[in-house]
Amino acid sequence: MSYEPQPDFGTPASRADEQVTLTIDGRAVTVAQGTSVMRAARECGGDIPSLCASDSLEAFGSCRLCLVEIEGRKGTPASCTTPAEQGMVVHTQSERLARLRRGVMELYISDHPLDCLTCSANNDCELQDMAAAVGLRDVRFGYDGANHLGTKPDLSNPYFLFAPDKCIVCSRCVRACDEVQGTLALTVDGRGFASAISAGQSADDFLSSECVSCGACVQACPTSALMEKSVKELGLPERAVITTCAYCGVGCTFRAEMRGEQLVRMVPWKQGKANRGHSCVKGRFAWGYANHKDRVRQPMIRERVDEPWREVSWDEALAFTAGRLAAIKAAQGARALGGITSSRCTNEETFLVQKLVRAGFGSNNVDTCARVCHSPTGYGLKTTFGTSAGTQDFDSVEHADVILVIGANPTDAHPVFASRMKRRLRQGAKLIVIDPRRIDLVKSPHVEAAHHLALQPGTNVAVLTAMAHVIVTEGLADEAFIRERCDWDEYQDWARFVADTRHSPETLEPVTRVPAAELHDAARLYARGPNSAIYYGLGVTEHSQGSSTVMAIANLAMATGNIGRPGVGVNPLRGQNNVQGACDMGSFPHELSGYRHISDGATRALFEGDWGVSLDPEPGLRIPNMLDAAIDGSFRALYIQGEDILQSDPNTHHVAAGLAAMELVIVQDLFLNETASYAHVFLPGSTFLEKNGTFTNAERRIQPVRKVMEPASGMEDWQVTQALANAMGLDWDYSHPREILAEIARLTPSFAGVSWEKLEREGSLQWPVNEASPDGSPIMHVDGFVRGKGHFVVTDYVPTDEMTGPRFPLLLTTGRILSQYNVGTQTRRTANAQWHEEDVLEIHPVDAENRGLQDGDWTRLASRTGETTLRVTVTDRVAPGVVYTTFHHPATQANVVTTEFSDWATNCPEYKVTAVQVLPSNGPSGWQQDYAEHTARSRRIAHEPAE
Amino acid sequence: MSGSATATGQSVVRMANDIARNFAALGEEQAIRQTAEHIALFWDPRMKAAGFALLARADSGFSPEAGAALAQLAGEARDSAQG
Ligand code: SF4
Ligand code: SF4
Ligand code: SF4
Ligand code: FES
Repeated sequence: MSYEPQPDFGTPASRADEQVTLTIDGRAVTVAQGTSVMRAARECGGDIPSLCASDSLEAFGSCRLCLVEIEGRKGTPASCTTPAEQGMVVHTQSERLARLRRGVMELYISDHPLDCLTCSANNDCELQDMAAAVGLRDVRFGYDGANHLGTKPDLSNPYFLFAPDKCIVCSRCVRACDEVQGTLALTVDGRGFASAISAGQSADDFLSSECVSCGACVQACPTSALMEKSVKELGLPERAVITTCAYCGVGCTFRAEMRGEQLVRMVPWKQGKANRGHSCVKGRFAWGYANHKDRVRQPMIRERVDEPWREVSWDEALAFTAGRLAAIKAAQGARALGGITSSRCTNEETFLVQKLVRAGFGSNNVDTCARVCHSPTGYGLKTTFGTSAGTQDFDSVEHADVILVIGANPTDAHPVFASRMKRRLRQGAKLIVIDPRRIDLVKSPHVEAAHHLALQPGTNVAVLTAMAHVIVTEGLADEAFIRERCDWDEYQDWARFVADTRHSPETLEPVTRVPAAELHDAARLYARGPNSAIYYGLGVTEHSQGSSTVMAIANLAMATGNIGRPGVGVNPLRGQNNVQGACDMGSFPHELSGYRHISDGATRALFEGDWGVSLDPEPGLRIPNMLDAAIDGSFRALYIQGEDILQSDPNTHHVAAGLAAMELVIVQDLFLNETASYAHVFLPGSTFLEKNGTFTNAERRIQPVRKVMEPASGMEDWQVTQALANAMGLDWDYSHPREILAEIARLTPSFAGVSWEKLEREGSLQWPVNEASPDGSPIMHVDGFVRGKGHFVVTDYVPTDEMTGPRFPLLLTTGRILSQYNVGTQTRRTANAQWHEEDVLEIHPVDAENRGLQDGDWTRLASRTGETTLRVTVTDRVAPGVVYTTFHHPATQANVVTTEFSDWATNCPEYKVTAVQVLPSNGPSGWQQDYAEHTARSRRIAHEPAE
Repeated sequence: MSGSATATGQSVVRMANDIARNFAALGEEQAIRQTAEHIALFWDPRMKAAGFALLARADSGFSPEAGAALAQLAGEARDSAQG
């Protein structure tokens, strides 16, 4: 694609079904009712000059440039604020209009620097375009009067600048921040000529304001007043390639705007169906890691992990690796080998890694980092509904009347979806938040939760069962739905169980610490909807009862009939960009792609026929069990693509012991990550900018990832896996990920209708894509559940074994923040580090005072598994007895203190509940110092010339 | 906890007990059956073997339901090996 700005229709599309026909400049035009005259004109290829309008914003009508004449009406109405009507006759060009528009432009230009030729927005400036469009040649007022020229730019934000002298006070930025992002960080200060855009209080600059650096204002700005610094440095882009963000499970699509091989900026793609033209700071700006000096570009090997790395050629690295794998297999059997697929990599890459493990290594020891995040979602939703995935698309939230958010912090972890949710909340939908911490959503500008149930960590199942108790005992269940769609007998068993007084809000209040009256009200609100939707995250899954909680959520949705139409449903907010895809692709040790159990002979036969091998019918090991087996000596070699289990998995000491016990650890990554300290082979990985493939987001949307630059190491990740497979004697010859996708489609019923060509055509597809739904499935279980009848599961509250006591009296829960991503491997290597230099521990003022701690003090955070040190923030966002931290920085290693406890069904670790003690400290612990030394030692590279 | 010396042995005791506890509300018979089914579907052979090996030990650490589920699976495994 060559560079063309994205089209802008001036005002948002109307959703009305009714159509109207009007005449614009002699042409008959038919549009949806409610469409503005401006949009109607632009949809049919005409143009009306404008400055304050943009189709991502509601019409504002301030610049008066878009005037038109309408027959039978007086004056010259603004076309952006005038709805098209049946029979209307509009003229967009006339002498009078031209004169008026020139007058408007003259005023703007008289207060604007005329340095167009040297301005970084030259040729990408709407003001310049409009001056040309209205034929402005001369400014009668001169440039000598009062003006804003020479005011100082605000350079505080690392990614964009604000140059007030270029500002025409169109307020598009203010409205973008309000309407699109929902942060309301910007205001117009003053009036008339003195008016100026300001970030928060007048003393604030962008960095110190409420601004979350989403970039919506920059995108909305018609001039260079708000502009990406990269454009100023590198110049305007020459071409654009559509691709998908590689950070979170929202799956925003972007235009990677390029100048030669250089990425100039990432601009959210308006046609992207997940993000609808919006973005967050990570996808929009935090891509600098791709060129970071720490990138490893050459393969490296070593005999022992206490030796320095040796840089070698690809051939040598692959021969070394394949030879070692073969030797271990010969000595100890196939089940001594395994692999971990990456939720950061593409579907095609993930599919190949699990294929390599099953068909090449000959075992089913393949797992993925979903083990530590959403594996309970897979188990819970498959058991209750029949499919391991969320039920809705993101657009669905626009139809929700009641939104229940449990164990998720969307404004930090899923920011673009959070903006869409907040927009719906500002329109009047009601919000229930179930979270131990007062997350931002509980109260933010123009959004306030009707109920915040600040439960004791670890009591999700008790709270949801109490809600079910209210719904059943107060007759709020949707019996008609249940009789038609679910198994009635199972429902009755479940209803009897939840109706027991053991499960009443009053009985459970001492356990959950949620006031019974509030819980009653929240349950009623959810049940009465009429459209109630549940959104949940890792605060649901990362518990010893993660799977039970997912099933309890599904029970609530079925009992109230909130399944199978827009505005309702059960929606897991997926952590990593491709965690849905990694699960879909057969990354779990017990199932092949499309969630089919490995013990199923017919499915195995299908794969065996295609791959020409026989497959082990027994499930393989999960990650924690691989580590156990390594310590016991029966698991010897692990191939890890794009994961950092030492930092991201619980109980760091256990992970380290498991890795240290293996004979061969192969890490494929962008950087020497923490796990690589225990590796014998390092294979350099490629970023999402350097590869082709697909990602699948949280709404099951399969979206293309397109290569915009050559891989730094010379190979895309799937090519590395293929090369390793071939070094092991397999005969793979994929020449493009489209061929791998074709294989996935051939072997996976829910992907049967997916192809590269179709994705190119449609932009994205939501699985299942098959004969019954050739265009994909935005909403699932519409006419019936995938498994037939919806399955109610009795979910008994079983308290975690992780209990507080005199030694460890506080409960630690963990989470993430907006500017950092997961273990921070990428975001720490960008300017995002400015927002989060270290992990801190949030502690309630009462608990802090009891320990003599003040804001900013160093503390020792200890559990029965380990201890670390970090600084505290004293805040009442957390309840007394609860502390909270993030896990973005290796220096902190919050997982040193997390335990081996895990979800009973899937072994998803119990990250969200650890009994801890917090005490004053002087600085980093001995363990942290040792760790830093160990890491430095194991990252040494011997600088011999490579062959 | 368990008398097992191996890391796998310790984990399988905890895992089996967790599974059985979460099915306990269904009543003993169902809980044992569902626990056995769950283990059959999700455990790698060496984990099952580690569980079977521990059954004989008085200090295995298995809850009665978890132990019964594993015993049932061990019996099935023996039968199919013989059959
Ligand atoms: S970057 Fe986003 S949050 Fe910041 S001012 Fe602009 S629109 Fe608002
Ligand atoms: S900064 Fe840009 S978008 Fe904001 S008011 Fe000024 S010109 Fe308009
Ligand atoms: S919301 Fe997620 S997918 Fe979208 S830009 Fe941010 S990190 Fe990327
Ligand atoms: S675009 Fe219509 S008034 Fe500005």
